[in-house]
Amino acid sequence: METPDERVYHDFVGGKGMAGYYLADHVTRSWNDPEMPLIFFTGPLVGTSSPTSGRMAVMSRSPLTGTVADASVGGKFGTELKKAGWDGVILTGRAETLTGIEMEDDQIRLVDASSLGGESISSMDQRFAGQAGSYAAIGPAAENGVKFANILFDGHYAAGRNGLGLVCAAKNLKYIKIRGSGKIPIHDPKGLEAARIDIFRLVAASPVLMGEFGISKYGTGALYDLTASRRMMPTDNFRKTFFEAASGLNAHAYEKKYHPGHTGCRGCHIRCKKISGDKEVLPEFETMNHFTALLGLKDISLVMKANGLCNDLGMDTISAGAVLSCYSEIEGRALLPDEILSLLQDMGHGRGPGKELGKGAFRYASSVGHPESAMTVKKLELPAYDPRGAYGMALGYALSTRGGCHLRAYPIATELLRKPVPMDRFTFSGKARMVKIAEDVNAMVDSLTACKFIFLGATLEEYARAFSAVTGQEASGQDLLKIGERIYFQERMMNSRNGFDCKDDDLPERFFKEPGTGSPQMDIPPIPRGKFVEARLNYYQIRGLDANGMPLQAKAEALNLPWKT
Amino acid sequence: MRKFEEKLVAQSLILPGTAVMGQWDAGLEWNRPDPTVAVLAPLFDHLNISTVLFARPAEPYGTILDYLAQRSMGVIHLKDNETRTFLHDIPVLHDFTSEAMAGALKGRKAAILPGRGLVTCGTVSPEQTFVNFSSVLFSCFVKFFSDYLAKAFSGTLEEEDRKIFDHVLSGLPAFSETKASFRKGPFDTEEAVCGAVCEAGKPVVNYGLVDSVMGNISCCFDHKVYISQTGSFLDELEGCVDACPMDHSSCTGITASSELPTHMAVYRNSYLKTILHGHPKFAVIMSMYCEREKDCPLSGECHTKCPEKRTLGTIPIVTGEGGSGPLSISRTVPSAMMAAKGVIVYGHGVFTGGETDFNEPFERLCSIEKTCREAYFNRLGQFKAVERERLWEK
Repeated sequence: METPDERVYHDFVGGKGMAGYYLADHVTRSWNDPEMPLIFFTGPLVGTSSPTSGRMAVMSRSPLTGTVADASVGGKFGTELKKAGWDGVILTGRAETLTGIEMEDDQIRLVDASSLGGESISSMDQRFAGQAGSYAAIGPAAENGVKFANILFDGHYAAGRNGLGLVCAAKNLKYIKIRGSGKIPIHDPKGLEAARIDIFRLVAASPVLMGEFGISKYGTGALYDLTASRRMMPTDNFRKTFFEAASGLNAHAYEKKYHPGHTGCRGCHIRCKKISGDKEVLPEFETMNHFTALLGLKDISLVMKANGLCNDLGMDTISAGAVLSCYSEIEGRALLPDEILSLLQDMGHGRGPGKELGKGAFRYASSVGHPESAMTVKKLELPAYDPRGAYGMALGYALSTRGGCHLRAYPIATELLRKPVPMDRFTFSGKARMVKIAEDVNAMVDSLTACKFIFLGATLEEYARAFSAVTGQEASGQDLLKIGERIYFQERMMNSRNGFDCKDDDLPERFFKEPGTGSPQMDIPPIPRGKFVEARLNYYQIRGLDANGMPLQAKAEALNLPWKT
Repeated sequence: MRKFEEKLVAQSLILPGTAVMGQWDAGLEWNRPDPTVAVLAPLFDHLNISTVLFARPAEPYGTILDYLAQRSMGVIHLKDNETRTFLHDIPVLHDFTSEAMAGALKGRKAAILPGRGLVTCGTVSPEQTFVNFSSVLFSCFVKFFSDYLAKAFSGTLEEEDRKIFDHVLSGLPAFSETKASFRKGPFDTEEAVCGAVCEAGKPVVNYGLVDSVMGNISCCFDHKVYISQTGSFLDELEGCVDACPMDHSSCTGITASSELPTHMAVYRNSYLKTILHGHPKFAVIMSMYCEREKDCPLSGECHTKCPEKRTLGTIPIVTGEGGSGPLSISRTVPSAMMAAKGVIVYGHGVFTGGETDFNEPFERLCSIEKTCREAYFNRLGQFKAVERERLWEK
């Protein structure tokens, strides 16, 4: 057991920040080195009445990308962990056989889980059904070496994208179960209530969150119509940006067919998770896109099945859909629904063609001599916003420390959703600083640990008040933003120590050479390469990196980070 | 930067050539050379921001800010509900230094420097500084006139208050009689609807019936609500109108105004086809004026909990907060609109409706503001008369 110094809490806050602090000394290890830590960390707001405070961060090094791998995950695990008296758990070593960890307050025990080998997530969920507390588990995909295997929390909240499930499997860890009975102390309950009211009011005024067509009503699937209407819907493995059938495959279509109810993470009133009357989890926006437009398919029930299957096997749906669309392009044929489900099964069980596909689109495409067909950044498959339709997103994808991810900077907040103010999506002007500041904000959000979506309404200005009320540590929005900058810069430093530089901060060539699918009213040209490179260079300057994207010692020292080469 | 400076001038919020704006992407750029740049530039070192705006507001705003700042004890607490949601409160600084400004802007979007001006910043683009600047002026205007009337009611006005008030009045533009006319409805194509919405937005801004990006406009046609997007300038709506199907068959309206639930509820429950929502200042001021507030147990929560059925003349005043949720104005505005085609929301603004086009709701919006402005000065006049009588008796 370790009690971190107060200075560490001050400099890294919690969640992603604290996890990065503990990962930094080990990040050059291989992801499957037993000494490589797998870290679970809550934030200071977890377990309090601060809105969306039920999240936590999971971090290690990615088997898929080789970068820092972290995920912000919902459910109730973070709250239980905090109530058990722990801010975080750092796992190192490797069990001899498949093992579970069961924690109840300060009691921790290792449990033989060898009989659970190959068990699906739904099976694990049944095993723990009705038991108090929360759990995280891996499915067959992780055990079979899928590089984009997830860790699933409470059955359907994924720590996704970077293969954290495979890191878990490398430790022979099948599950962690946690139950806490303590209470979280609040320094200033009245101050927290005041901040909470301010946040609630801003959330209520956010059309994206709580509006007629917002994600509270329709889940993230509400974005499906938006990307279609803006002609930036990734289609046919990013060869097109418009899908004719989109209007019949939107969130409304799911609602009509499945009549979903609302649910959500502990501590959240937005409740964007949608579950059908039959207890089937409805797909998120990216999954909806990648199992329809990206594969050229028009079958909602297939999306539901693919979503359920990926979840059950413990695989990332974005990567799974993207690797299949890459396979479809290289094979030169459309995949049929049954074939898709069969290939997903093959991936999750490490057999047949699925074995190679389970290594991700870049490795698969390279192995068959077509790396240009892998729509990845740093080997991470791209999500459902075509970068030709939003240049801030293009920059955000390229510069993300965990590879092709939309969530590091989430530029569509301003480029599509008009928050805090709209920006022209077809220019790089002002985007370098916008991306940098947004990365800092989101690094802090993942450290607090709150949900990024609520920041489409509230800001760090209000959350700083909640933070101060909970911890007693006076901080302004800008103070937190500064810490966010330190946390993100540290990630950049960790990646540079593993050889990542400007050559990795790039997009697939397709986006610079081929136009998207325009309309008479809207042209979608290729991204201007020169402008992109110029904006990337601007970003490096703003972020405190050299022209090759390598961290500068002076910047590290200014951020109070130990310089490591 | 030039665009937003021009908008500030066009809306009479600053005088030409007085705004100093800085924008930092890779390099730091200023809209003009100015001695204040030396003080403002270090803000970019102290704060994680991309834009800053400093200017002395035009009259009467400059005087209003100074007056409120001098009596503020360091922070101006805002009164109107809408602006308060986003700004919370406004710090007041007496040192015109980078350090003092950075200290205030660390936790808030704007700060007032009495005698000098107003500084605002943003993390994304100069538009944020413009929105923050104009929002502060709006809310300070509302607070100034609200406080003065409240003081007149309680008989606590001092000579200095009167002097400042008279000075502010001398700079207050007279109420413009409206001359706008809009294309006639009913509209029969989507293009005509969007054109009408865009056309209606401009005079709402030009007549000062809304500031910055507040307010919204919609038209119901063919089972869709065509409404201005969230955060759009009502005088620049081309390309910023969302078509929102009333059966919810598409979510492209996710970027629509936050007041869409209210507009939809009105259309579902009435024969109205057009809606204008502005934030005319005297309507906001008079909606909050209550002579029983001081002794009311719900004081401070009037915007959501006032149980009284209030009106100003025949215009209903309703409670509620913007957007969605259990306290939303979408639960109070529609029924009031059915009866009156025009309603004031406490501390927020005015909704007006029309049956075919925007002529009727625009006229009503102007008329409500005119009525409220007259009501304000009439009430003030009554207090003055009472005071004169009191003095005469003495």
